Amino acid sequence: MTNEELKNNITQVFSAVTFDETGEFLNVIIPSEELLPFMKVLRSTKEFNFDYLFCLTCVDWKDHLMMVYFLNSKTHNHTIVVKAKITDTINPQIESVYDIWKTAELNEDEVFDLFGVKFLNHPNLRRIFLEEDWVGYPLRKNYVDEHMIEL
Amino acid sequence: MGVKDKLEFPGQIHETPDGGFMVTQLDAVINWARSNSVWPLAFGTSCCAIEMMHTVNAKYDWSRFGFEVMRATPRQADLIIVSGTIVMKMAPVLKRLYDQMPEPKYVIAMGACTISGGPFFYNTYSVVKGIDHIIPVDVFVPGCPPRPEALLHSMIALQEKIKNDAYFRKQVDKK
Repeated sequence: MTNEELKNNITQVFSAVTFDETGEFLNVIIPSEELLPFMKVLRSTKEFNFDYLFCLTCVDWKDHLMMVYFLNSKTHNHTIVVKAKITDTINPQIESVYDIWKTAELNEDEVFDLFGVKFLNHPNLRRIFLEEDWVGYPLRKNYVDEHMIEL
Repeated sequence: MGVKDKLEFPGQIHETPDGGFMVTQLDAVINWARSNSVWPLAFGTSCCAIEMMHTVNAKYDWSRFGFEVMRATPRQADLIIVSGTIVMKMAPVLKRLYDQMPEPKYVIAMGACTISGGPFFYNTYSVVKGIDHIIPVDVFVPGCPPRPEALLHSMIALQEKIKNDAYFRKQVDKK
């Protein structure tokens, strides 16, 4: 499917989404509470069949966090970017997509480690790079520690 | 003074009809042997390690200067070339490797990251800002990464340092 077709088909299923078509891929911005049902549709609907989660990351925009999921379909060879806004930066949480794509387990561990996003229903959420007793989340814009020399 | 002069035996050889004898200092002859048989540890953490591998291989071939084979265990190595960024998590490992090396041992800090943290000096949570926070360094090589010639230069500088070492005298003084 082309970006245009993807957009039309998604609008038919979910009305609460907004689109951003400035980049190479179609960007779909969805409220974080609707993420899981939306992702399930993308994975299980035959026309979409997004069977490959090739990147999962997070962006700190200071007043909110944005989860970013890059999905690809190996059968249809189309790609989409799903973004979910998390407004609570003090205690950010979102549903895990581990049940849909197993690869999300380690990606979500990484986002938890560096951004502090808590993934609900994740099988084993833990610090994956940093030590267990590390304080804070280094990729947050407001992160500081005693080793850091700020420019 | 060229490379050839440095490789020459330190002492005076006196020819006699039935052979000969030589006059030298024990430290000079031991250091001459040690400096021409330095065994580096196979240790590399990032892009500087790629330059180091070039220096090992045929084009630059550090064996020509007496550095011989790289050792895969610190227990057989007497030189560690810290080539690449050392992060907080790697720091205890580096310290342990250094501690496991037998005396006398030498350290070359290769590249900007090992000297000061280099490009990762500001706004980083993970990089050690200079390996001299962890282990003592004999020779620093600037560059990002340094060229193989620069590394060779640093290693020849290290040989000079070894040659001027009073290692044997120190051992006698201890007893």
